[in-house]
This record gives sequence, C-alpha cells and structure tokens, in this order.
Amino acid sequence: MSIMDYNGGSVVAMVGKDCVAIASDLRLGNQALGVSSNFQKIFPVTDRIYLGLPGLGTDVLTLKERFRFRVNMYTIKEEREIEPETFAHLVSSTLYEHRFGPYFCEPVMAGLSKTPSGGTKPFIAATDLIGCLNFAKDFVVAGTASEKLYGVAEGLWEPDLEPEDLFETISQTLMNAVDRDAYSGWGCIVHVITKDKVITRTLKGRMD
Amino acid sequence: MNTFVNRFSTTSAQSEIRRAQALAADEEDFSDAAWGSQAGFGSLAKGVPTFCVPAVADPSAFLRLHTDDHADPSCRIKIQHGTTTLAFRFKGGVIVAVDSRATAGSYVASGTVKKVIEINPYLLGTMAGGAADCQYWETYLGIHCRLHELRNRERISVSAASKYLSNLVYGYKGMGLSMGTMICGWDKTGPSVFYVDSDGTRLKGDLFSVGSGSTHAYGVLDQGYHWDLSDEEAQELGRRSIYAAGHRDAFSGNTCNLYHIKEDGWHFIGNYDISKMHYEGPGDVPGGPGKGYGYDIRVEGRSSANPPVAA
Repeated sequence: MSIMDYNGGSVVAMVGKDCVAIASDLRLGNQALGVSSNFQKIFPVTDRIYLGLPGLGTDVLTLKERFRFRVNMYTIKEEREIEPETFAHLVSSTLYEHRFGPYFCEPVMAGLSKTPSGGTKPFIAATDLIGCLNFAKDFVVAGTASEKLYGVAEGLWEPDLEPEDLFETISQTLMNAVDRDAYSGWGCIVHVITKDKVITRTLKGRMD
Repeated sequence: MNTFVNRFSTTSAQSEIRRAQALAADEEDFSDAAWGSQAGFGSLAKGVPTFCVPAVADPSAFLRLHTDDHADPSCRIKIQHGTTTLAFRFKGGVIVAVDSRATAGSYVASGTVKKVIEINPYLLGTMAGGAADCQYWETYLGIHCRLHELRNRERISVSAASKYLSNLVYGYKGMGLSMGTMICGWDKTGPSVFYVDSDGTRLKGDLFSVGSGSTHAYGVLDQGYHWDLSDEEAQELGRRSIYAAGHRDAFSGNTCNLYHIKEDGWHFIGNYDISKMHYEGPGDVPGGPGKGYGYDIRVEGRSSANPPVAA
C-alpha cells in the first residue's frame, strides 16, 4: 500500500481548440474508508491557470498554500501575472527542492498561455512527485485512477474539441475511469478554461 | 473410406485407439481424465474431489507461504477480499443481503458479481473471500445436501449442512483456502444462520456480517435489528445496511442483492443499485423511505451550509 494511495483521488487535464479542461474527483478517504465527498483537489492559480494536486491529502493542502505563496511572490517581484510555462517550472523546482523527502503529490496543470501575436495557446502539463515535467499535447492524468484514465482518455480524446465537446469528453473520461477505481470517485468537478471565461461544473457521480 | 475394413484393420489410427482403450479397460489406474473427458464432473469424477498440489516436499507449508496474506501481506497469490455480506434471522425468516463488487487491488474488476450462492431451494450461502473457493465448495455442498436427501428421505438441516462445509474446509486448513460464508436456510427448527469460515470457525447466531464493509453494515444492522421485525422492515434493514457499507467502503458497492428465506424456501427480492439508492432511494418497495439514503439528500435544505435548491 503506497502512501500515494492513502487518501485516494485522481485528476485529468485535456487540450481542446483554444481551450483546456481540468477535472478531478471529490473523494477523500482513509484507505478503504470514505471520509469526505467534497475534497477539492483543483485550485485556481491565476484567472487562466488551474492546478490539480492528487495524492496525499495533507500534502495537497500544504502544496496549495506553498504555490499560492510562491506565485504571489513572483507576481509582486515581476509585477505581472505568471505564465503557465513559468508556473510549470516553478512547480517542478519546488518539488525537486524536496528530492530526498518529497511531497506525495503529482501535480497536473492546465492553462492558457499568451502568444506573441496577442492570442492564446492551450497549455497542459504534469509532473511526478519530484518534479519531472511532462508537457503533453493531448491529455495528462494522475492519481489512483491514472491507469484507468489513460485507457479511457486514449479512447475518447480527439484533437480540436470545442469547449462543450471537451467538457463532455473530460467528464465521460473521468467518470468512467473513477467508477473502475476503488479509491477515487464520490462526485467530480470539471473546469473548462476558455479565452473569456472559466466554466465550472460539479457532477453527480456514483457514491459507492 | 471403407469403414468395414477400417474397423478390423490393425495398422490404422483407429486401431491404435482401440488398443489403448482395451489397455485402459484392464488398467484400474486409468481415469476417464486420460481421455480428456470426465463427463462434465471435473475433479468430482471419482466421487471425491481431487486436486493437483505443488510438487514440493511440504505442499501445505509452501501454500501457506504463498497464499496466506494474514502471515505475509505481500504474498504472490492474491485473492479477492473486498466485500460486504450480511444475514440475519428474525420472526419472519432469514434476510440475506450482499453487495456485488469484485476488486483486484484498487481495480474494480466487476460490479455484477452474484455473491449469494443458491445451494438448493432451502439453502443459501454467501460469498466473501475467494470467489472460486466459495463457489466451488458451496456447489459441492449442494451435491451432498441432495445425496443426504436421497439417503435419508428428508431435507438436511442447516446445522448439518454448515457442519459438513466447516469439516470439509478444515481438512484443507493452511493450504490457502479463503472463505467467510453464512449458510442460511429454513429447516425443522425454523430459520437459521451459521457463520462458517476457512479457518474452521462455525458459529450459530441471529445476525452476521462478513467482509471489508461488515463494520459499516453492523452499524446500521445493530441499530435497526430486533426479532419482531415485519417482513418489509427486515428487507429494508438488509438493503439499508448494504447501502451503508457500499457507500463508505471502497471495496464494496455497485449493487445490492436481497433474498428472503421463508418456510417455503428462499425468494429473490431484488437487485438495487447502490448509487441509485443514495440519490433516489430503493424505488417503490414496501418499507422504503421514498427518497434517497444519502446524507446530503436527507439534510437537504436543513442548514445554511446545504441550502435548498432555488425553485
């Protein structure tokens, strides 16, 4: 029994056409015992960046605060909002600082980055618990249901999905994957980030 | 080609088979298994079950080393353990309720497992631990219950049937059998429930629950149980208890199968989706609450933290 599976939980992020989506389950367990069905694992970093932290519950909360502090310091020093690519490297280096005693979380990031021409470009990334970055072009997964998420996402995801279709795809991916995982589930939350708004929806999932 | 010639030929393939058959007929050591068929009886063709055991000096010690995860949690042969099953005795008979989830590690391998084994029209067995072990030995128990009926011209008592099973599994103690089962039925003495497990424990009682979700089920069961429950109340208690376990326990869930044993044998009451019970309740059943069992549903609109949905 890995410490990574102690509290359960999973996150997935996907790229669409000029949009990105990030979704997680809402379970917090103590091994087999379900404790909470409203445990948030996804946190807004800026208006355009969301961070998902599946893993050990205590480290989810600690890292959330740690990243909030570091992003605030960056914003003050630079006097501008952090870009998703920069934030990904901030996450990576923060985790690698704890190379020999890591936080038991595998962060997943989703955001829209600015292009030189003034447009936006979808961005997703994930790291392992010591900060190895994975910039994917399609989707990233993490958490206790990650194997199942890979399977379903590989089957459902296609390029250039519009926000509504991306919402459907990520929702179906997450819901079907967590139903096959004993440690994830108990409801889901989905965020779809577009150029001018973020759509957040809470989904009713299986409660067993 | 020429069948007549073939039949008396001494060099054809058929003659080879004839020779082998003749040899086997004289030879007591030849079982039907040598011909690839045991007439569908599997290892029971000889009347008593026979099993292949590991070819080592002490098979029992070898199996204990590799299958007994009480002794060694990292053992190589893993057997399904997550389950919730319950059975209780009351005025109106016996209620048997089980979940339907099968897990392999954290993977939900199936959500539609039949964990109640219908031994005969008067006997039910529940399945917790090794699925194959329970299925095989309880079916085997069924054969012997029928033989008992034929020999003695009367149905076997639940006590005798459960003792037959417990003595049987005790013979394999330490070899890695894994089962925690309730043998339930109605006999001359009325309704009865026996708990039998692969350690050789056999207990008579009014109320049992077995599996990883048993503690959750006991919580609801103990709170609602008394002898004079009506049939509807008892069925609802069984359903509600399995729901509680399916909800809280990661290794239990999907659906609930409910059985009621009365004087005329067992009756299948229904299959209930646990998630549906959470949101909408068990549906139109006698004794049902008419709404979901879920905490959020029960406290809907009763606190500022959980306000009613705006109309």
